Amino acid sequence: MDAIMLQEKLVERLLCPRVRTARRKEKQYVGFATLPNQVHRKSVKKGFDFTLMVAGESGMGKSTLVNSLFLTDLYKDRKLLNSEERINQTVEIIKHTVDIEEKGVKLKLTIVDTPGFGDAVNNNECWKPITDYIDQQFEQYFRDESGLNRKNIQDNRVHCCLYFIPPFGHGLRPVDVEFMKALHEKVNVVPLIAKADCLTPNEIKKLKDRVREEIERFGIKVYQFPECDSDEDEEFKQLDKELKECCPLAVIGSNTVVETRGQRVRGRLYPWGIVEVENQSHCDFVKLRNMLIRSHMHDLKDVTCDVHYENYRAQCIQDMTSKLTQDNRMESPIPILPLSTPDVETDRLIKMKDEELARMQEMLNKMQQQIHDGKDQ
Amino acid sequence: MMMPPPAMPAAFQVEKPVPGPGMGDFSYVGIDAILEQMRRKAMKQGFELNIMVVGQSGLGKSTLMNTLFKSKVSRKSVQATSQEKIPKTIDIKSVSHDIEEKGVRMKLTVIDTPGFGDQINNENCWQPIMKFINAQYEQYLQEEININRKKRIPDSRVHCCIYFIPPTGHCLRPLDVEFMRRLSKVVNIVPVIAKADTLTLEERDFFKQKIREELRANGIDVYPQKEFDEDAEDRMINDKIREMIPFAVVGSDQEYQVNGRRLLGRKTKWGTIEVENIAHCEFAYLRDLLIRTHMENIKDITSSIHYEVYRVRRLNENNTAIAHEGEDTHWGD
Repeated sequence: MDAIMLQEKLVERLLCPRVRTARRKEKQYVGFATLPNQVHRKSVKKGFDFTLMVAGESGMGKSTLVNSLFLTDLYKDRKLLNSEERINQTVEIIKHTVDIEEKGVKLKLTIVDTPGFGDAVNNNECWKPITDYIDQQFEQYFRDESGLNRKNIQDNRVHCCLYFIPPFGHGLRPVDVEFMKALHEKVNVVPLIAKADCLTPNEIKKLKDRVREEIERFGIKVYQFPECDSDEDEEFKQLDKELKECCPLAVIGSNTVVETRGQRVRGRLYPWGIVEVENQSHCDFVKLRNMLIRSHMHDLKDVTCDVHYENYRAQCIQDMTSKLTQDNRMESPIPILPLSTPDVETDRLIKMKDEELARMQEMLNKMQQQIHDGKDQ
Repeated sequence: MMMPPPAMPAAFQVEKPVPGPGMGDFSYVGIDAILEQMRRKAMKQGFELNIMVVGQSGLGKSTLMNTLFKSKVSRKSVQATSQEKIPKTIDIKSVSHDIEEKGVRMKLTVIDTPGFGDQINNENCWQPIMKFINAQYEQYLQEEININRKKRIPDSRVHCCIYFIPPTGHCLRPLDVEFMRRLSKVVNIVPVIAKADTLTLEERDFFKQKIREELRANGIDVYPQKEFDEDAEDRMINDKIREMIPFAVVGSDQEYQVNGRRLLGRKTKWGTIEVENIAHCEFAYLRDLLIRTHMENIKDITSSIHYEVYRVRRLNENNTAIAHEGEDTHWGD
């Protein structure tokens, strides 16, 4: 906390202004290298927030994994529905919030759960409530950002979505593909292979290869890890490379503690052995945790703000401006400034849309003409 | 970024992990690593700082800028001027430099205002400056509401305005009061007593006290503004600063040998004034305030308070304009 020490030193000096201090070391030093510390101090005071969504069929181990990741027990009083109750269930969105503090850093973690996803007999468009929820958060943020009082904007945008792929099949199922495609341009999708303890290492490798190949084939844009800088140290680069090669991560979660090799660890006890969650040779849980929390949390938030949210915003504004040309009346949730010279960008878009409409009109006329001619014959 | 060695969990107390936020297993989740991630990103991106200097010619504005950043960053260093001519109207000249220290990169912009207060009739000489500051806010606002906006909007907003008070030793002049009164509402003002080597310590203290009284009497809020203190800790530190402003500064970009050391200073027949010696002048306090401790805070107040005030005003202007337009445009709420 160098900035705090600096502040204290300043106060000290202020208290005894006439004392002469030795300043040999500070000769050539301006001092703005403390800037990162100043920012640092401010962030620590404010705290951070992070919203994580988990999606996948029931019984994939989502809740257990979340508990294992953040060392909490968010689902204490959960009631599991039986199959009759599930028939009429629709996909719900449930939020759990927990405040975690570690070494002075405060994190407000929000987990967005999606019970009911993929559980019905007919799962057509079962991702719609989820995409609606994500859009709603974007819209809320958009309104807040464009509003008059921007002091305390709550950021409820979803920063990352963990999607659980069942390990039982031979790769991605249609519902997996459709879901990821519906979401890949709205949120950072991180696919995981759930319940990986039912697969042998060979099977895991084959499944991962298969899933990777299908993701590419279907054009699903999952979250990409940013490239390493050339000046990062070798160890970091090595870890980064390993991480990229391991995708999708095969994970195991556990709510229980077992004793093994003289230690107590989170794990699952089977007659044939003990699966340790935090053992890197058993599963990729540690990699997931490190990626999600220790190395890429900030990047996930950045990509959400800079890419997904901006796309949403651009789309929203374009829709509003095209509606404006169509019926000259607009319910505007955002204040738009009177531009002294017409905005070149907006004008161009409006012109484009106009031309497009004119072309479509021409095509329709032609088609109508053809149909007419066809009838005559 | 070092990964901690594979977790050796501490002894657990019960079979089932104790429920509770973050403290479940006495193990380490690792959320404090986000600070390192942020810091790394900030270092990559670099910082921006825009300082404006305002005051009559000859008060040492350019020299002070050079002294602050220990390099030739002022307007005069960039343009070779053989004679200093006082311009007929106020000019606003911006000079940008990329400077680096210990891996931290900063784009520093020094905005000079030659001609301020130099005319015979100085009425409304603050107007071009107000216009400039508002123009920067406007530019930022336009970029912000753009459809396809840049990832990082270039920040040309004036973060801090250093106002140079001539060392008369008596009190503030009407021009000083007028300027500071108007501009303290749109930008952070840091008043300094220029060329303080013409004042003895007693004269200096008296002068400062008079200035503080006059600022208070005229309702002028200079940086650090009392109403923007965030918590008790801030208030305590800022109160101490408020008791010391305006800082009495001396600038110099020439080095002299003093007691076997090379120091920045001004050499006269009766002694050498050391710029960084706090027994001689308060330059070091100014530098610490501006750069080492409060830089981020200054930028923050500019963007979250002054800029927001401007934005709200602009948006409200629009709403009243539309209300009077009538016709086809119909703004919902």
